[in-house]
Amino acid sequence: MARGKREIQEINAGSMADIAFLLLVFFLVTTTMDTSWGLARKLPPPIQENQPPPPPIKDRNVFVVLANANDQLLVEGELMDIRRLRESAKDFIANPRKADNLPEFKEVDVPFFGKTMVSKQVISLQNDRGTSYDLYIQVQNELAAAYTELRDDLSRSRFGIGYNELEELTKGENPDPKYKKMVKAIRQVYPQRISEAEPKDIGS
Amino acid sequence: MSKFKKDGDKHTPAVSTASLPDIVFMLLFFFMVSTVMREVDLKIVLEQPEATEIDKLENKALVDYIYIGEPVNTNVYGSVPRIQLDDDFATVEEIQDYIVSRRAERSEAEQGLVTVSLKVDSETKMGLVTDVKQELRKVQALKINYSTAQKADATKF
Repeated sequence: MARGKREIQEINAGSMADIAFLLLVFFLVTTTMDTSWGLARKLPPPIQENQPPPPPIKDRNVFVVLANANDQLLVEGELMDIRRLRESAKDFIANPRKADNLPEFKEVDVPFFGKTMVSKQVISLQNDRGTSYDLYIQVQNELAAAYTELRDDLSRSRFGIGYNELEELTKGENPDPKYKKMVKAIRQVYPQRISEAEPKDIGS
Repeated sequence: MSKFKKDGDKHTPAVSTASLPDIVFMLLFFFMVSTVMREVDLKIVLEQPEATEIDKLENKALVDYIYIGEPVNTNVYGSVPRIQLDDDFATVEEIQDYIVSRRAERSEAEQGLVTVSLKVDSETKMGLVTDVKQELRKVQALKINYSTAQKADATKF
């Protein structure tokens, strides 16, 4: 080499921060925080043509919730505010005073609880085509909350732990199968039965 | 005061910015990891209702999305709520084909585990949502999830 030995210059890293900032801003702008939460539900299978009609259910076992196109609720024949729905649904599901007009009970053998009186409750939800989606979700949410609160009370009095914490324990790497059985038992005492009627179009 | 001025001619050294790139990179990685790219361009207004009794949707690969809401561009598409599948508007009848074609892309073991996430604007009327649900029932896509935002519940604290 004619020039001879030359010291290799160090690369200036001063602009590194700028480059990193540029990337950072790009990711900040183009991405959204993951918000995939929601109410999980299961739809009933489609009706077969030659399917026999389901056996009739006694009126006292059904909690009828109707929502109309003006976003008003008719619960068991009574106009009701959405804020009172949770309490009245809880009252119906548990039927603590064994009232005659609230659901009947059936003795079921449930693990952890022994012979338990399980109510034959069904919640029937019907909405109009003009009902807003917002109200529909609020109703679904309140009804689910009614079940969760009852299950939570039961879980606390029997196992001394909240229902949500118990459900949390069934997840993860190596959950104790005992917890799954406990959750299952609680669900057996308060089974979530929300049935949706085929939609009607009334006055929208 | 002169006490403090004694060594006043000394300059405080400039704060070194050499660790700045590291800090920025740290932030960058945080955002890269914690965020996901939006899968589709939303052509509808989507303001989700709020709820408290909600579950997290696990495993993104096993979720199909159906978007329903008022079009963003009302001058072109009108203001009647529409269904969006992937990047295009669709009619109620197209949902069956969409679910079936999505199902064909997956392996047999996964087919039973697919959830359909309904991302519906809260202003939408239930009529359209019900039609969509009926279509989903016809193709046996029975696991659904009403996508909602998380509501801050005062009673839980």
